Amino acid sequence: MEKVMRVASEKGVVIFSRSSCCMCYAVKILFHELGVNPMVHELDQDPEEKEMERALSRMGCNAPVPAVFIGGKLVGSTNEVMSLHLSGSLVPLIKSYQTLT
Amino acid sequence: MDGTVSQILGFPDELSVGLGYIGIENYGMFQEFDAVFEELSPKNMSSPSTQFATSRRMGIYEPVHQISMWAEPFRGNSSPNTAVSTIQGDAKLDKSEDTSQGTIGPLENHDQEANKPSDKVLRRLAQNREAARKSRLRKKAYIQQLETSRLKLTQVEQELERARQQGVYIGGALDTSHLGLSGTVNSGIATFEMEYGHWVEEQNRQNHELRTALQAHVSDIELRILVDSGINHYCDLFRMKGAAAKADVFYLMSGMWKTSAERFFLWIGGFRPSELLKVLMPQLEPLSEQQLLDVGNLQQSSQQAEDALSQGMLKLQQTLAETLASDPVGEDSYMSQMATAMGKLEALVSFVNQADHLRQQTLLQMSRILTIHQAARGLLVLGDFFHRFRALSSLWAARPREPA
Repeated sequence: MEKVMRVASEKGVVIFSRSSCCMCYAVKILFHELGVNPMVHELDQDPEEKEMERALSRMGCNAPVPAVFIGGKLVGSTNEVMSLHLSGSLVPLIKSYQTLT
Repeated sequence: MDGTVSQILGFPDELSVGLGYIGIENYGMFQEFDAVFEELSPKNMSSPSTQFATSRRMGIYEPVHQISMWAEPFRGNSSPNTAVSTIQGDAKLDKSEDTSQGTIGPLENHDQEANKPSDKVLRRLAQNREAARKSRLRKKAYIQQLETSRLKLTQVEQELERARQQGVYIGGALDTSHLGLSGTVNSGIATFEMEYGHWVEEQNRQNHELRTALQAHVSDIELRILVDSGINHYCDLFRMKGAAAKADVFYLMSGMWKTSAERFFLWIGGFRPSELLKVLMPQLEPLSEQQLLDVGNLQQSSQQAEDALSQGMLKLQQTLAETLASDPVGEDSYMSQMATAMGKLEALVSFVNQADHLRQQTLLQMSRILTIHQAARGLLVLGDFFHRFRALSSLWAARPREPA
């Protein structure tokens, strides 16, 4: 879906979230710990919430939030982010987006 | 010849019919049936031969003093003799042999000289027979029930003893917190507890095998098989926990399925991966430079991921408290408040799943970083570590307490 891809490209690290979702919050905290300030797009505050949800599900995000995009590309949900980080592959992906020290 | 209770009770209805015909006219007989069963209990059986000598003639194994009661003047008809002769057992009714014995004799004598029984008497006889038969069947069922319960009790006691030795917390199975509203046990949790018991047994067995293999300096190929088994065994546990989380996430989070000392270290339904790495590291030396770097990174990443999940949990607690703290106005409001709160509780399942996912990923990454020999040692170290926790819990549970 266009809007999803447009929003996903607005910043280096984008997290599609819901304001009530605590797992989304946890993922955001992880990125903060890694020195990244992700853009968090709350679906429940977006008028096109349902369509965006459907689009994310079609792209493979079950929950469908949190959905993490890095450099405009879908990385996945919490599972994928955690696996990447433990394997040491997440930090290289976000290197150019690390702003916080 | 063996006058055991079960043999006697095993006689089918032919016996009851036979007995029914043998002079049961006395209403007091019904109480006597209870006395019969009393007599037939093992404690009352002394020497079978003297007691049952006479009864062999009847093909019925009964204590002698009961027979005399049945040797009452027989009212009746010729058919009882055939009924008696159809009784199971080795001794048939031997009419020719019987002469002066006061037992069978009356049956036959009265056959010839008895008056015609009135309808009333016949009906009463039939009723007596029926009541006596029912009484016997009830007794039989009761005794069978007792036997089954006794077996079950022995089984449970054995399981308890076995589990105590392994330090598994037994109280969890009886914990009412996973009884549903209807009072039935949550089958998902019951299944998990049973499977976890087996998992621990298998864990101990695999550990023993690892130790033996390492001491025997087996080849890397053989070690790899053992290491793969070990890793798969942990993956089995995470799978089991996933199912249990769906059944009752609070049960899993409470750690009631673990032993007491393990619960002290509980972090979202299990051990912290970074803590386990700290336990492992000193035991795996020597490690190469690259390995040291990789394990160090893994430890740090795990710590960061754990912190993120912990903060997510705190947020969850906060929002749940906020949800329940507000005062709803009207029933709709109350319902929606509860619905929101329910949704929050559902989120707990995903946190437990993520925590287990972290544990699994840590394990897999370590197996990637380490050599096969180091991995085997690592699994052994972990296995021993957990085993000591369970042993500690057992000791703690068994420690002498000060009287109140």
